[in-house]
Amino acid sequence: MIATIIRKELHMLFISPLAWLLLALIQAVSAWVFLVRLDAFLEIQPQLLQIANPPGITEVIVSPVFMIAAVLLLMITPLLSMRLLAEERRDHTLTLLMSAPVSIADIVLGKFLSLVLFFSAVIVLVVMLCFSLRTGGALDYGLLLSNTLGLFLLVACFSALGLYVSSLTAQPVIAAAGSLGVLLGLWLIDLANDATAGWLHYFSLLKHFGYFNQGLIDTFSIAYFILFTVTFLVLTIRRLDGERLHG
Amino acid sequence: MTDETAGLTLSARDLWRKYDHFVAVHEVNLQLKRGEVLGLLGPNGAGKSTTLRMLTGNLAPSHGSIAICGIDLLEKPREAKSHLGFLPEIPPLYLDMTVDEYLLFAARLHQVNKKSIKAALHDVKQRCGLEHHGGDLLGTLSKGYQQRAGIAQAIVHHPDVIILDEPTVGLDPNQMREIRELIRELSTDSSVILSTHILSEVENVCDRIQLMHKGSVVFDQTVADLHRQGRNLEMVFTQLTQ
Repeated sequence: MIATIIRKELHMLFISPLAWLLLALIQAVSAWVFLVRLDAFLEIQPQLLQIANPPGITEVIVSPVFMIAAVLLLMITPLLSMRLLAEERRDHTLTLLMSAPVSIADIVLGKFLSLVLFFSAVIVLVVMLCFSLRTGGALDYGLLLSNTLGLFLLVACFSALGLYVSSLTAQPVIAAAGSLGVLLGLWLIDLANDATAGWLHYFSLLKHFGYFNQGLIDTFSIAYFILFTVTFLVLTIRRLDGERLHG
Repeated sequence: MTDETAGLTLSARDLWRKYDHFVAVHEVNLQLKRGEVLGLLGPNGAGKSTTLRMLTGNLAPSHGSIAICGIDLLEKPREAKSHLGFLPEIPPLYLDMTVDEYLLFAARLHQVNKKSIKAALHDVKQRCGLEHHGGDLLGTLSKGYQQRAGIAQAIVHHPDVIILDEPTVGLDPNQMREIRELIRELSTDSSVILSTHILSEVENVCDRIQLMHKGSVVFDQTVADLHRQGRNLEMVFTQLTQ
């Protein structure tokens, strides 16, 4: 049943030009950053050779590309997640799903996974971009893996949050503005906190991604990402179920 | 299961629905036999749509029980809902999809067997007069064809209980007649609940009439009995709801 929902969501996504436009945009921006970093690397390469234990191409090029991709995905998620439930409610199609023999959990998970699948395609594109460096040198696969894993967990968080905000309203635009606001807030939260002294930065999604970005796979960060995702999925299910119970 | 309940496709007992302190529906009992068409009448705000939403699992009743083909809707919602087809007041259409894509999704959603899905789509398009519109976008169809697509969605999986909320709104007289014929045809092997404001439609199509007013059923009689007593439906409606 989840497969049917995923299939329908991806179908709806790819028959609109929005998904293709966003894919092109992400690819263009990450390729641009990739080339700029490559240029910089080639310029400083002679100096790098003189220091002991110099940073490799993965550190100089791949990590910044992933950081930019993370910020881009933060901006783009609300555009894709806004319609998931808000549009169904606005167009009265949610009734079709609710009267069909599928559970609310299936509906929510199907919608969530469809978004994660779409973003996985984006991640694959970014990884392939980085793989092109193999033509001129050796890659640090550990660092690449840590970045990929981090980005994947990060988009799962973005998607779950976007889906929840979308379940709160019948206006897709309000859902987009709402989730963008919350995501930006969660990004900037560690600026409100001076350095590492406080506890507030634990809530910053991009702070946790920063560790993956440097090649540090921290179980605390993994746990935070998974907890964050599960929490918002459960909240979404409860929200839809509450509508059935309380009208 | 006793003989009395064996023929019932839908049975709702003592349904209540409260919104905070407002009681929208109270003490509604509904029983539907296989092959029966039930007309649900009532002025706007009488609680018809709330009742239909409860029967289709879109809204949980505050009190009471609903069984579809003997399966409790609240305890086993998935099994119960697979015997159900529902056309809400506003047809639930994805306007970016074509008729074929939409019906395919509806069929998959209602777990129509993979092998018979193609035949089911062909059959339902023929029944609803959509044969030549399979590739058209739902958003570009006229109101009448959109309504047909909505009905097609509700019957693609051959449900035992079909619930239609004002299916003929916005249709021209020819289309209305076609839809009535379709409902008659559907009632040969399913039960149908028809909610409408058009009294002549009820007298034409339905076997039994339930009239709702202020959240409860105030009149429940078969059309044949009504005719035997020589009563006029419009008179009954005005008497009981004013």
